[in-house]
Amino acid sequence: MQRTENRGQGTEEGAIEQTPRRRTLRGQTITLAHGSGGKAMRDLVENLFVATFDNPELDALEDQARFDLAALDAIGDRLAMTTDSYVVDPLFFPGGDIGMLAVNGTVNDLAVSGAKPLYLSCSVIIEEGLKIEVLRRITQSMKQAADAAAVRIVTGDTKVVPRGAADKLFITTSGIGIIPEGVDIRAERAEPGDVIITNGFIGDHGAAIADARGELALESSMISDCQALNGLISVMLDACPDLHSLRDATRGGIATVLNEFAESSSACMYLNEAAIPVREEVRGLCEILGLDPLYLANEGKLIAVAPRQFAESIIDAMSAHPAGQHAAVIGEVREKPAASVILATQFGGARIVDMLVGEQLPRIC
Amino acid sequence: MKYVDEFRDPAKARSLIREIYSLTDRIDQVKQRPLQLMEVCGGHTHTIFRYGIEKMLPDAIELVHGPGCPVCVLPMGRVDDCVALAEHPDVIFTTFGDAMRVPGSKKSLLQTKAEGADVRMVYSPLDALSLARANPYKEVIFFGLGFETTMPSTAMTVLQAKQEGIRNFSLFCNHITIIPTIKAILDSPDLRLDGFLGPGHVSMVIGNKPYEFIAHHYHKPIVIAGFEPLDILQSIWMVLKQIDEGRCEVENQYQRIVQDRGNTAALAAVGEVFELREFFEWRGLGSIDHSGVRIRSAYSDYDAEVKFSVPNLKIADPQDCQCGEVLKGAIKPPQCKVFGTTCTPEAPLGALMVSSEGACAAYYNYSRIEL
Repeated sequence: MQRTENRGQGTEEGAIEQTPRRRTLRGQTITLAHGSGGKAMRDLVENLFVATFDNPELDALEDQARFDLAALDAIGDRLAMTTDSYVVDPLFFPGGDIGMLAVNGTVNDLAVSGAKPLYLSCSVIIEEGLKIEVLRRITQSMKQAADAAAVRIVTGDTKVVPRGAADKLFITTSGIGIIPEGVDIRAERAEPGDVIITNGFIGDHGAAIADARGELALESSMISDCQALNGLISVMLDACPDLHSLRDATRGGIATVLNEFAESSSACMYLNEAAIPVREEVRGLCEILGLDPLYLANEGKLIAVAPRQFAESIIDAMSAHPAGQHAAVIGEVREKPAASVILATQFGGARIVDMLVGEQLPRIC
Repeated sequence: MKYVDEFRDPAKARSLIREIYSLTDRIDQVKQRPLQLMEVCGGHTHTIFRYGIEKMLPDAIELVHGPGCPVCVLPMGRVDDCVALAEHPDVIFTTFGDAMRVPGSKKSLLQTKAEGADVRMVYSPLDALSLARANPYKEVIFFGLGFETTMPSTAMTVLQAKQEGIRNFSLFCNHITIIPTIKAILDSPDLRLDGFLGPGHVSMVIGNKPYEFIAHHYHKPIVIAGFEPLDILQSIWMVLKQIDEGRCEVENQYQRIVQDRGNTAALAAVGEVFELREFFEWRGLGSIDHSGVRIRSAYSDYDAEVKFSVPNLKIADPQDCQCGEVLKGAIKPPQCKVFGTTCTPEAPLGALMVSSEGACAAYYNYSRIEL
């Protein structure tokens, strides 16, 4: 976040909010001036981002956050780093918004390595014309999500682009975390005999977004599953420190993650359709549109592969955590056919679950 | 889920499978060669692969995946026409989702959209009409595609546009009819089919009378089938029963939806708006007489082919493509020269590899590995 010293401007008409030592943010709409590097930008950065995210690293008012290595060293022996961009439309959807998504998504990408997520960056690309109130709500939502996941947003950047050059608001968050000693979670470690576990109903986010776009005109109550998973993963690691593979199933759904596991480990991910938790509403949406819930996006679901003898203790630990109440063993790792994902259908047949080529497209009839 | 799970009951499936095995054993012909049953409709193909039905059946039953995927039989030239219409600066081109990826000779609608054309996915032709209302200074073209299943909704939309006096809506009509196509397949010299699963949703519109020639003239059993996995198994069982008893009839397994006379209101709307074309070009099957419809002249104000100049060029199918032989059941998808090598879902040569209902894509996605 680019910083500036406080010049103590007074309250004026149109000011959105006033905090004692911060600059005033004037007007109701983001304009190109807010990205110009001048006063308007400083107003925006200070009044909105720095004031909302509010933490010592950011308050240091430097161009970069600085960390004490000795403190990090005490947590574990490896640093994990990740980055992700968020371009969701609409910005607000049932169960979340782009800000919450941008925090939880990056927290989850760190957490699935077994890392304890610590710090995030936040870069925003804003299309001119965005209401400042909207940006404020999203920033507050990021703060809430960060607090809930026990991470801090410690640096960032703001760009404003002309109308049409971006769609309202894009957010990029990068994150770092520390991996505790002994934890070794990798896709290639899935081995025959292991169990495959998920933490609850799949496809909620994809269904909620499709529904929130309003093209379907369905009367439904689908809510995104957007949530941070680091707390859940921490209790899973307590139950089984030697988790073999772990990934959050976002775009492309659990089918994509399982294909990644299959490819990396050269094993077969063998799923039991009857055991995979899918909400009735989501199934209904998929039936109507000819979509497959295995490919629907999630924002708070993970796929774990673990040694079979830990299955019960992992499920018990997950079920006791709010993010894992509906955790279930959904399949097992087999040796053959190599590098494949196979679904035993509820109906009694079996089929391949392949990677998706592009987006899932609704069928004609 | 109510009205869905009842039709996916594994216990009922197991007992049907047992019946199918014992019936198949009683049929003499299977000692010479397998029985070939064609499911005409792409929706059936999708269900068969999605639920792994093919692998539950005796080896002596071969399912042949027929021409009833409207996206799959769309020739390249028509996709090029779509692209030309979509690239018109004042046009919003609307289409069902699964037509977006079908390759034209140069590009698909998805690529055309990426290059800046206003191409939008809709779920119903009425969505296209709403777009026309909302964008009075644009021409909204709906890509009318599909068999008799989707024809009535397109016809009703044209009628509604006329009634409301909406002038900026038109239809690029590529609707096709199933009966001449089945006839063309039955007339092909390399045919070995022993029976049909009839298309359920087409039949909901046209009824079951139009299929009588299949039983009476060509002496093949046909059972109109629903789309749930138990529907498919029961229909296969019914066809086998006919073969075993030496009968050739039109039977209706999908009675909860299909009435003998079809849907008269839908047929009236179709008859009002559309008339048969002399012939229509199919991917893989070539030109089939009276197999497509066009808009009647009384509704030419809503005909994109009248309002715009459409290139209408005939583009030959790619040379190595054996879509036609797959569609007729002469070969299975993996036997095609280019299956899985130069023709894959990522880079499809033929449309059978594009749509999730296409036989080749279904084979590739769901069963290219021996389970």
